[in-house]
Amino acid sequence: MPVRPLLLEHADESDLTKLAEYERFGGYAQLRRALGAEPEKIKEEVLASGIRGRGGAAFPMGRKMQFVPTPDKTKKPIYFVVNADESEPGTFKDREIMLRVPHLLIEGILISSYAIGARLAFIYIRGEYIDAYETLRAALDEAESRGLVGANVLGSGWSCSIVLHRGAGAYICGEETALLDSLEGKRGKPRTKPPFPAIEGLYAAPTEVNNVETVASVPKILAMGGDNYAAVGVENSTGTRLCCLSGNVVRPGNYELELGKSTIRQLIYDPDLGGGIPEGRALKAVIPGGSSTPILSASEIEATLDYDAIAKAGSQFGAAGFIVIDERCCMVQLGLRFAQFYQQESCGKCTPCREGVRWQVDILRRIEDGRASQGELDLLLDVCDRILGQCLCPLGDSSAMIVASYVAKFREEYQRHLDDEACPFGGESSLSGVVAPVDLHNAHVRAELEVPVG
Amino acid sequence: MTDLYDAIQEIASQYPVRRSAVMPALRLAQDRYGWLPPVAFREVAEALDLTPAYCKGVASFYDMFHLAPIGKHLVEVCTNVSCALVGAQQTLEMFEQELGIRAGETTPNGEVTLGVLECAGGCGWGPVVSVDHRYHEPVKPEDVPEIVEGLRAG
Ligand SMILES: Cc1cc2nc3c(=O)[nH]c(=O)nc-3n(C[C@H](O)[C@H](O)[C@H](O)COP(=O)(O)O)c2cc1C
Ligand code: SF4
Ligand code: FES
Repeated sequence: MPVRPLLLEHADESDLTKLAEYERFGGYAQLRRALGAEPEKIKEEVLASGIRGRGGAAFPMGRKMQFVPTPDKTKKPIYFVVNADESEPGTFKDREIMLRVPHLLIEGILISSYAIGARLAFIYIRGEYIDAYETLRAALDEAESRGLVGANVLGSGWSCSIVLHRGAGAYICGEETALLDSLEGKRGKPRTKPPFPAIEGLYAAPTEVNNVETVASVPKILAMGGDNYAAVGVENSTGTRLCCLSGNVVRPGNYELELGKSTIRQLIYDPDLGGGIPEGRALKAVIPGGSSTPILSASEIEATLDYDAIAKAGSQFGAAGFIVIDERCCMVQLGLRFAQFYQQESCGKCTPCREGVRWQVDILRRIEDGRASQGELDLLLDVCDRILGQCLCPLGDSSAMIVASYVAKFREEYQRHLDDEACPFGGESSLSGVVAPVDLHNAHVRAELEVPVG
Repeated sequence: MTDLYDAIQEIASQYPVRRSAVMPALRLAQDRYGWLPPVAFREVAEALDLTPAYCKGVASFYDMFHLAPIGKHLVEVCTNVSCALVGAQQTLEMFEQELGIRAGETTPNGEVTLGVLECAGGCGWGPVVSVDHRYHEPVKPEDVPEIVEGLRAG
């Protein structure tokens, strides 16, 4: 059985949001152990575990920790920041972790902060997540009242406060440097890298930024030992991940799986996992890592659930947001809806992204409506080309890459829109007529611009 | 000084740099006024030693801050792909029908504003609808009348 609860261990049979329950299953024991060890030793364990960041970029956490200067090498304070902005379409795993095992995240924050020498940590949680915010707030309060967080943690002489900071609705604030600007009280726009946050992050001080799931794995890594954790999964893809399954599938939800031990097909069709496509419909495509990763066609789902295999199949594991798409979906509409998302969320700092995504939306709309000429399909790919590699942050690239992947994999369907001068689905696609936030925004702007006649 | 001023000071004390408190402060102000009128920016600016224009500039970047009044209740339907694949548009249309307004509008009595959201982070339980910032998951068209009824009652 590929399901392997590690982060969500015991979460089914007990209420781990309660400190006493969490401790009953060994909670905070790793923090106690860590506080008696040298910070370097903890970093070594994390490095040995091989864990790669779960937020999307897949950078090894242990290596990132080593980039942060040790307290004796810097005059500035060191900060630890948890990225809980989770806004990537198709992902909802961090929310489940915060809702069900908040203390595991808090313990991970404390251990990680101790390892890098931080005395102040932040959790940047997306503003819409009120339920997860309340759960975390209560867990933090309980942990503080028991001396686990704040001054003189567990009598060790080491202090660490955790500030819970709520975002206010901006996808781009998930990008780590935009997140830091937002946390500094600014508009959340990405910064040029280098300098990387590990050297110059929050308030221009050394800062480690990690995803919720990455941080929540830390106590488990210490409990098992780095080498034993590395033995779970396969080479280059160690440990478990919560795979988010959504769209046209019988049993959507999060499944914590050992990496590399099952295929995308199993995730979708295994009766204990996705359970197949409703009403026996045919699979058309799957997006494996959330909206920002290229699409895979139905014939490409034998890839195993690990970074290398999914890359070899032509996509990315990303944030493990698997969006299952059945035969009823028009691929032009899919491109249009995601391009609209990127248009809505582009921060506007660089021209190729700001202008390019608007062009993508306009051309895709014309193709969908049957108004586009042959040359416009080429123009669409040309626009994608001109965005790629020309942007400050990966948002623009993602928009270009995914749209290009839809055209590459479903070229005939795009062509039919041109040839028929209409959508072949004739209004019957599962995405027909969907209203996007950017549509409303544009309608407002048009209304304001329209001068009443007479 | 006002209690808003004091509440903002308390939040600001958590941060090494007080400007970091601008978002939580704007949220407090919005909770008080229902949206962010000019006076809110003056109050937040004064409490944090910023300017009103700076605070407005920050607020305008984020979707959850309202620069114009909205209805007493806010209903937002996620129409990103995972939710749309399982019928979010039908759910949205049912809200339009029950409320008698289009997405992006507020009922004439000022009670309910209907909007659409990008991915709410509940894709596995879609269609996700946020009612006064609380998620309802999933909301099928047939669930809509009861939600609207509840809003009319409250
Ligand atoms: C547009 C954009 C949005 C992102 N959103 C998130 C997010 O919501 N959560 C997250 O953890 N990482 C997100 N990332 C990745 C972060 O920049 C960063 O790589 C990550 O937080 C590092 O943590 P990790 O190494 O533990 O994965 C995003 C990146 C981009 C370019
Ligand atoms: S690529 Fe887009 S989102 Fe990223 S910095 Fe440039 S304009 Fe902003
Ligand atoms: S697409 Fe609706 S919650 Fe993610």
